[in-house]
Amino acid sequence: MTRKSRRLVLIGAGLGVLALAAGLILTALNDTIVFFRTPTEVAQQQFAPGSRLRLGGLVEPGSVAKTGTAVRFSVTDGNAQVTVAYTGILPDLFREGQGVVAEGVLQSDGTVKADSVLAKHDERYMPREVADALKKSGHWKEGEEGGPTPPPPPAKAAPPKPAASAPVPGLPPVTPAAAPAVRSSAQ
Amino acid sequence: MGLLNLANPTRFVWLSDRLLPWLSGAAVLVLGAGLVLAFQAPPDYQQGETVRIMYIHVPFAWLSMFGYSLMAVSSLGILAWRHPLADVAHKALAPIGATFTCLCLITGALWGRPMWGTYWVWDARLTSVLVLFLLYLGVMALRAAIDDPNRAGRAAAVLTLVGFINVPIVKFSVDWWNTLHQPASVFRMGGSTIAPSLLWPLLVCATGFTLLFLALHMLAMRTEILRRRVQALEARAAAQAGL
Repeated sequence: MTRKSRRLVLIGAGLGVLALAAGLILTALNDTIVFFRTPTEVAQQQFAPGSRLRLGGLVEPGSVAKTGTAVRFSVTDGNAQVTVAYTGILPDLFREGQGVVAEGVLQSDGTVKADSVLAKHDERYMPREVADALKKSGHWKEGEEGGPTPPPPPAKAAPPKPAASAPVPGLPPVTPAAAPAVRSSAQ
Repeated sequence: MGLLNLANPTRFVWLSDRLLPWLSGAAVLVLGAGLVLAFQAPPDYQQGETVRIMYIHVPFAWLSMFGYSLMAVSSLGILAWRHPLADVAHKALAPIGATFTCLCLITGALWGRPMWGTYWVWDARLTSVLVLFLLYLGVMALRAAIDDPNRAGRAAAVLTLVGFINVPIVKFSVDWWNTLHQPASVFRMGGSTIAPSLLWPLLVCATGFTLLFLALHMLAMRTEILRRRVQALEARAAAQAGL
């Protein structure tokens, strides 16, 4: 073994140990690194009223009620809904069926009093005509149809190409209910 | 080893003299064409005209990770092979990569404000890209803090390799955790989710920015080699004057 290859092996081993350490840390911190909670998680984890949280999901169609600048709407991930009350200016992308992240305080009645509402957009980009054509031909996947069924259905046909939401092998798993809802089927 | 022996600084300066005009010309042409195509592309069904920020934001993001990966490869060259050209390549990469990462953060903030409703959030993707930017700055600072150039290069190389852990985190942050940033659109399993009419201008822009990155890097490496020669000549002249 030459000195060069010995150095390479040393560097490789060092990096391997580092990667392992980083992987363990990130897996341990998984719960705090996620940006938002889904309505299902909020329902399951029994957050105490008064705790601050970010709630992510789709705006349930038909649930938006506006009175002046005050707005109430439901955030859904297909399994559970949480009602959000917010006063202020909504982002331009805010609409029914849209992915949103609302940050605020959980009230004792189970609703969230939000002080900020952010819009999420998904990874799909296309001209309006293409989107219209897809909707017309029935190839459009509405946000709430796909649903956050854990595990996600194998073939999630998201236009223009099938969105394989299968996790990358060898990576830490995502919280089952969290990901698919807003990931591949939000619009 | 044959290829490594070819890659000595003198040969590199000779090669860069011939390649640089072509590389720069190609970068200007492709980038110009890409920007024209970017403005001719149709607006997005949801984001409208704002989607055009993608045509510069995404290439900056890709190249920030590409630059760091190149820097990690150069670090191996420094630590395992002790190759002088690897040290030159490493030193030249850091400021260019830092600039591209900074531009990625700025264009991302300008895109986030109209679309998400905020310039910045501490989600996994945005935070890990900020860490990437700070790593570039840290590598530059460490190199500047050590006087002996050989030791400075080795220390910077070690820091670069340690920080390389962050590159897969940047890439997969949107898959491992839920984030405000949307998941990958182009390099993902199952193919791209960008309609062809919007994707092509992006690929042309990305190619143009990559050529620009490579041209800047080659120029910076060449400058660094010449700077070291000047320093060596000055040191020799000073030694002779002292005799």
